[in-house]
Amino acid sequence: MSDAILTLSGVSADIDQYHILHGVDLEVPAGELTVLLGRNGAGKSTTLRTIMGLTTVTAGEVRFRGEPITGQPTPRIARQGIAFVPESMGIFSMLTVRENMVLAAVSGRMDEQRLNWIFDLFPPIKKFWDRPAGNLSGGQKQMLAIARAVIEPRELLLVDEPTKGLAPAIINDLADAFEQLKSQNVSILLVEQNFNFSRRLGQSVAVMSDGKIVHRGSMADLADNEEQQHELLGLGLGEHQ
Amino acid sequence: MSALEKTLDNKSARRERPWKALGKGPRARFAAFREEKPHLFLLALMMLVPLFMINPTTWAVLTISGLAMGAMVFLMASGMTLTFGLMNVLNLAHGAFISLGAFAGATVLTVWLNGYSGDSSLLVNLVAILPALGFALAVAGLVGLLFERLVIKPVYGDHLKQILVTVGGSIILLELIQVIWGPNEIPVPRPDALRGAFIVSDAIPLIGGIALEKYRLIAVLLGLAVYGLMTWVIDRTRVGVLIRAGVEDREMVEVHGYRIRLLFLGVFVAGSALAGLGGAMWAMYREIITAHMGDELMISVIVVIILGGLGSIKGCFYGAILVGLINLYVGFLEPRLAAVATVGLMVGVLMWRPQGLIPVIKV
Amino acid sequence: MLNAIFSGDTPRSRPLTAILLVILVCLALGPFLFDGTRAFSTLGMICVFIVVVASYDLMLGYTHIVSFAHTMFFGIGAYGMAIATDAMGNNFTAILVGLAGAIALSVVLSLLLGLLSLRVKAIFFALVTLAVAFAFLSLATQLYNITGGEDGLRVRVPRELGPAFRPFDGELRGFSIVTFLSGLFTEPGNLGEVLRESVFKVRFSGRELMYYVAFVVSLLVFLFLLRMVNSPFGRVLQAIRENEFRAQALGYRTVFYRTAAVIVSAVLATLAGVMFALINRYVNPENTLDFQLMVFILLMCVIGGMGTLYGSVVGVALFLLAQNYLQDLLRLFAAQVPEGGVMAELVAPDRWLLWFGVLFVLSVYFFPTGIVGQLRIWSQRRKPAA
Repeated sequence: MSDAILTLSGVSADIDQYHILHGVDLEVPAGELTVLLGRNGAGKSTTLRTIMGLTTVTAGEVRFRGEPITGQPTPRIARQGIAFVPESMGIFSMLTVRENMVLAAVSGRMDEQRLNWIFDLFPPIKKFWDRPAGNLSGGQKQMLAIARAVIEPRELLLVDEPTKGLAPAIINDLADAFEQLKSQNVSILLVEQNFNFSRRLGQSVAVMSDGKIVHRGSMADLADNEEQQHELLGLGLGEHQ
Repeated sequence: MSALEKTLDNKSARRERPWKALGKGPRARFAAFREEKPHLFLLALMMLVPLFMINPTTWAVLTISGLAMGAMVFLMASGMTLTFGLMNVLNLAHGAFISLGAFAGATVLTVWLNGYSGDSSLLVNLVAILPALGFALAVAGLVGLLFERLVIKPVYGDHLKQILVTVGGSIILLELIQVIWGPNEIPVPRPDALRGAFIVSDAIPLIGGIALEKYRLIAVLLGLAVYGLMTWVIDRTRVGVLIRAGVEDREMVEVHGYRIRLLFLGVFVAGSALAGLGGAMWAMYREIITAHMGDELMISVIVVIILGGLGSIKGCFYGAILVGLINLYVGFLEPRLAAVATVGLMVGVLMWRPQGLIPVIKV
Repeated sequence: MLNAIFSGDTPRSRPLTAILLVILVCLALGPFLFDGTRAFSTLGMICVFIVVVASYDLMLGYTHIVSFAHTMFFGIGAYGMAIATDAMGNNFTAILVGLAGAIALSVVLSLLLGLLSLRVKAIFFALVTLAVAFAFLSLATQLYNITGGEDGLRVRVPRELGPAFRPFDGELRGFSIVTFLSGLFTEPGNLGEVLRESVFKVRFSGRELMYYVAFVVSLLVFLFLLRMVNSPFGRVLQAIRENEFRAQALGYRTVFYRTAAVIVSAVLATLAGVMFALINRYVNPENTLDFQLMVFILLMCVIGGMGTLYGSVVGVALFLLAQNYLQDLLRLFAAQVPEGGVMAELVAPDRWLLWFGVLFVLSVYFFPTGIVGQLRIWSQRRKPAA
């Protein structure tokens, strides 16, 4: 296993009076795609939000490239090279597609080469360039959300359930796009429920339950071991779309 | 899009725009205009109805005056609507900044540069007027900066506490104004170049021969200029993109690496400064100021931002003009009912469109 | 028995109980403990404003509804009484008509406001009430043939409530606490003389009778509100305050409860306005409808402690004492400071509100639960230790 770009050790976090995370230990290897699996309410989304500094850490430490980022304000964490695509996608629907991209390019201008690469990756972005982002379909919004995350070179991508509510054909397109990103040596932490999608993309995997990591290993091992899938995820994931 | 999605979409579209069901006739076109451009519809209605009750020349004078008042109220209201839209902060001390600007401007005009404003040449007057407006802008902006840091920052996200501390802050500011400038009203003679009126040439039909007060025209122009500038900033610049994005989703703006607090501070300071500018303009318009003038203007400001839809600059502009016009029209027909009509307009619009004329955010 | 009167909601703090008892005794025996018209009118205003602020707290503290129209209802009561006695003469029928008319108008207006709040979200409500109250103020100022405009109206109270009426023939005596205490400090050796000087003659007239009516009404309203906030109805209001969605999900029609709270509060404010008119015998826009008065009500409610009815009693007493006597204190300060300069302006007696404003903002930050909340927190903290 290569060096970890992101390490969580014993991270606990609260939302209001509820304890959501109870000592999460997680490593995201550099240049790989790690999938975070688990049932609804296991704390996957909260883990991503905690890394971004959107929930308050009550114990433990988050390190990015070896440096602690625990308790830093969200904008500072983002500027160190972490992009976050939340489950809601967080599209600014009153802004045009172009303005969404302009905003995501923190340095102030968009690199033309990179933009063309994105246009190739997600053709609808080019097609609806000057339309309000609110008019896009669900799949197109997801593409925009990911496009925003990669308009500038970032070292780590946190993506929360990109396939949620999308048609199979679009999920395939997304998977292709993630393959491309992987080949560019970007580290990705992906929260997913769709096991087929995860199996296709994931290199390493972590499984959460009740606010803790209960399993860590390679994706290939978990994919082959149906018994373990049952035990960790509660159902045969082979048939779970 | 699947066939099912399409039907669903059509259905929801029809639910949102029931007038579409009327087809394509003139009635349908009227209904569409009314529902899609409610601000223009209301403006047209507001200007046309009084035409039947007031003779055209008086109407023209009232309309210009109403626009002038609207322009000044717009200056005062724009900051409050943006601070609410961007940060969900309800600043009830906004009126105190209006008073502050008025007193700051008056100090320059009547004390520091009195000689210049008394001269009858426009150029010499400008030497007094521009610093006066600039000083009002600067003082209100600076106090706004302190106010945001000291009073508002600790209570982000808590409306009840915001209302309480800004009411308290407003008391403190008004009392401090009285400490510095004394408790009495202060006369602010308008600079000579801004006095008097243009006479419209008799050649023009209907409104030929009427006198348009210079100052009102200048107020209209300044209001339009500020509206144009703000629209440009918000529509065309990067800061504008950030502001619009922040109104919609603060958290995602932070996720992209921007410090929204700083952005908000900037907007708050700009908004306070504009309130101060509006206050200084109002001081020269009324030619007399008191510490509590801001409180009285706050009612117009509040009606304007509710009318326009909280957080909307465009709505704020049209709301301000509507308030200015109804004040002048009703004030002419029955002076005692001007305030009631203003508030009545607000209640009426709320019943029709609870989010205001041009809603941007869901509160 | 005592528990039943307080509806189970006792002060729960010894210092608070002591403060409340002092206030109760001072109000109950007021005319016999304090000499002079200024003290007498302060006492009357405390009784009236306890009703105003306690009913405001029902909205603000118990339901988190921020309304700026409370003075409007207060003004409706005051003006209703003034107009009724103006038109019908100084008899009790006029008082009844004024009371009934004012309450009817308040119910209608508050119902409309409540319904309007159906259409708009909570944060709008504060702004809308502010605008509506302002429209009402402007109307009251402008319609001078009915309301007397800026000059206001004299209230012609019945003879039985006026200074000319003597309910008792015998002579009554009071004991001035102020004279006694100051004598105790200045001439501690001469106790007998001090005691003799402290006794003063009370001329018990219809005004004192009216004071006691206000006192009793105020006490009853307070106990009524205490019962109300501790009833199931009050619990629902507090549930709405904590989480409106959840209250709705539990099956409560929150709109109904919110509107009911607004109406009850408005009616009680109207009642207070009626009492104000009868005690003060003069109403004008400034003393009943002004925005500043509204801010004062807010201040009293918050400083005393939102969401605790006892807080309104403490807040009102403290604020009205400050309003009437803080200026004297500042005058003492001002005497120490050289004339002219900013410092002299800052402690000028007219600037008492500045200091109250600072106190208010600081108390929102550091004691958000107000005096009563803080006292309760302290005594709760002490309990486990003891």
